[in-house]
Amino acid sequence: MAPDVETRHGDAGRAEPRGRGVVGLVTGVFRHDVAGSVRDLLPIVLVVAFFQAVVLRQGIPGVGRIVVGAVAVVVGLALFVRGLRLALFPVGEQMAFGFARKGSTAWLVAFAFALGFTTTVAEPALIAVAAEAADVAALGGAIADSEAARASYATGLRLTVAVSVGLAIVVGVLRIIRGWSIRVLIIGGYVGVLLMTLVAPADIVGIAYDAGGVTTSTVTVPLVTALGVGLASSIRGRNPLTDGFGLIAFASLTPMMFVMAYGMVA
Amino acid sequence: MSDELALVLESLRETALAVAPIAVILVVFQRFVLRRHLVDLRRIVVGFVFVVVGMAVFLTGLQEALFPLGRVMAEQLTSPELIGVDPALATWSDYWWVYVFGAAIGFATTLAEPALIAVAIKAAEVSAGTINAWGLRISVAIGVAIGIAVGCLRIVTGGPLPVYIISGYVVVALLSWKAPSPILALAFDTGGVTTSTVTVPLVAALGLGLATTIPDRSPLVDGFGLIAFASLFPMVTVLVHAHLATRRARHAHIPQEA
Repeated sequence: MAPDVETRHGDAGRAEPRGRGVVGLVTGVFRHDVAGSVRDLLPIVLVVAFFQAVVLRQGIPGVGRIVVGAVAVVVGLALFVRGLRLALFPVGEQMAFGFARKGSTAWLVAFAFALGFTTTVAEPALIAVAAEAADVAALGGAIADSEAARASYATGLRLTVAVSVGLAIVVGVLRIIRGWSIRVLIIGGYVGVLLMTLVAPADIVGIAYDAGGVTTSTVTVPLVTALGVGLASSIRGRNPLTDGFGLIAFASLTPMMFVMAYGMVA
Repeated sequence: MSDELALVLESLRETALAVAPIAVILVVFQRFVLRRHLVDLRRIVVGFVFVVVGMAVFLTGLQEALFPLGRVMAEQLTSPELIGVDPALATWSDYWWVYVFGAAIGFATTLAEPALIAVAIKAAEVSAGTINAWGLRISVAIGVAIGIAVGCLRIVTGGPLPVYIISGYVVVALLSWKAPSPILALAFDTGGVTTSTVTVPLVAALGLGLATTIPDRSPLVDGFGLIAFASLFPMVTVLVHAHLATRRARHAHIPQEA
C-alpha cells in the first residue's frame, strides 16, 4: 500500500481501504487523524495562552489537568472524525440511496421527520436552553413560579423544538426531491421570523434566536448532510453541491419561529 | 486517574444515550422499510463505536480543561478591575479587550467544532476539490469572530437584539439575491453548524459575564443572543468569500481571452 501523506481534511474523496482488521482501523486513526486534530485545537491553546500571558498576566492554575484535558480533546476528535468516515457518512448515503431506489416519498418523509425529532428531543444543549427559557417565563410572570409549572413549560418547549426540526428536515428533503428554490424558502423563513418577532413576547425572542443554533447536534449534522448529498446525487437532475446541502439551514430556522409561537401560546 | 476514568465513563454513558435513539431509527428504517443490508456492516459498527468513544473523550477533555479555564477568563476579562473604570461610567470603548477576546475565542473554537469539520469534509468531497475544506472552515471562523465581537458590543451598548439580527438577515437576503452562488445552500448550512459543542459553552460564559458586570443588563435576557450572532455572520462571510472567489476567477480569465 502506498504511504499516505495526505492531510486529513484534504483527502476527501479517498476510499477507505477495505478488509483491514479492527487493529488496522484503530492504528489508522493515530497515523492520519491525530495530526489534524492537533492543528484543530492549536488556535484555542494559542488564544488562551496569549490572553493569560499578555492581558490577564496570571499564571494558569492546574496546568497538568489542562494538558491532560487537551490530549483527551485531540484523541477524541481524531476518533470522531475517523468514525464519521467509517459510519456516519456511509450510513447517511446508503439510506439515501435506499430510499431513492425504493421511490417512496411517504417513507422518506417519515424517516426525515423521525430523524429530526428524535435527535433533537434528547439534545443536551436544548434541555439546557429549555430550562433557562422556563426561568425567564416564570420571572416574567408568563407561567406560575413553581417547579411543576417550569418543568411542564420546559418539556413543552423541547417537544415544540423537536417537532419543528422534524418538519425542517421534511421540508429540506422535499426541496431536494422537487427542486424548490432554497433562496425563496430561506428568505421566506426570515420573513416569518421577522413577523413572529413583532408579535412575540420580548423575553422569549433572545431564547428563540439562540434555539436555532443549538438544535443541530454533532452526530445529527454528518448524518443529515450525508443524507441530503446522497439524495441529491441519486435523483436525476439534482446536483449534490447546489441541492444536497440546506437541510441544516432549515433545522436552524424553524425552531426560532416555533419557540416564539410557543412563547405566545404557552 | 480513577476520577478521570469515572468522568470518561459517565460521559460515555451520556453520549451512548444520545446516540441510541438515532441508532434505533436507522436500524428500524433499514430493517423494516428499506429491507436491505448495509454494505460493510462491520466497518460501520466500528465507526459508530469510534464516534461514541471519540465524543465522550472529547467532551470530557473540554469539560475538565478548557471550559473551566475559558469561564474564568471570561469572568476576569469582564470584571470591573480589568476594565479599570467604574462600570456605571464606562463607555463601549472601555471594553475593547472583551471584543478582541470574543473574536479570537470565537475564531479558535469554530476551527475545533466537529460538526463544521464534517460539513467541510463533505463539501470538499462533492465539489471535487473546488471547495477547500480548510478554507471554508476559516471563512466560517472569521464570520463567528465578527459575530461574537458585534454581539458583545450589543450587550455593552444595550441595543435591541431583533434590530441587529433582522438587519443581518436583510444583508444575507441581499447577498443571496445579488450574488447567486452554487454554494448558497452550503452557506446557509454553515450558520447552523458553527455553534455547537465547543463554541456555545465558552461564548455563553462570555455573554453571561458581560451582562452581569454591566449595570442595567439582565444576565437572563441580555446574556442570550450571542449564539444568534455567531450563527448569522458565517453566512455573510461564506457568501462574500464565494463571491470574491468567483470574481477573481472571472478577472483572471478575461486577459487570457483578450
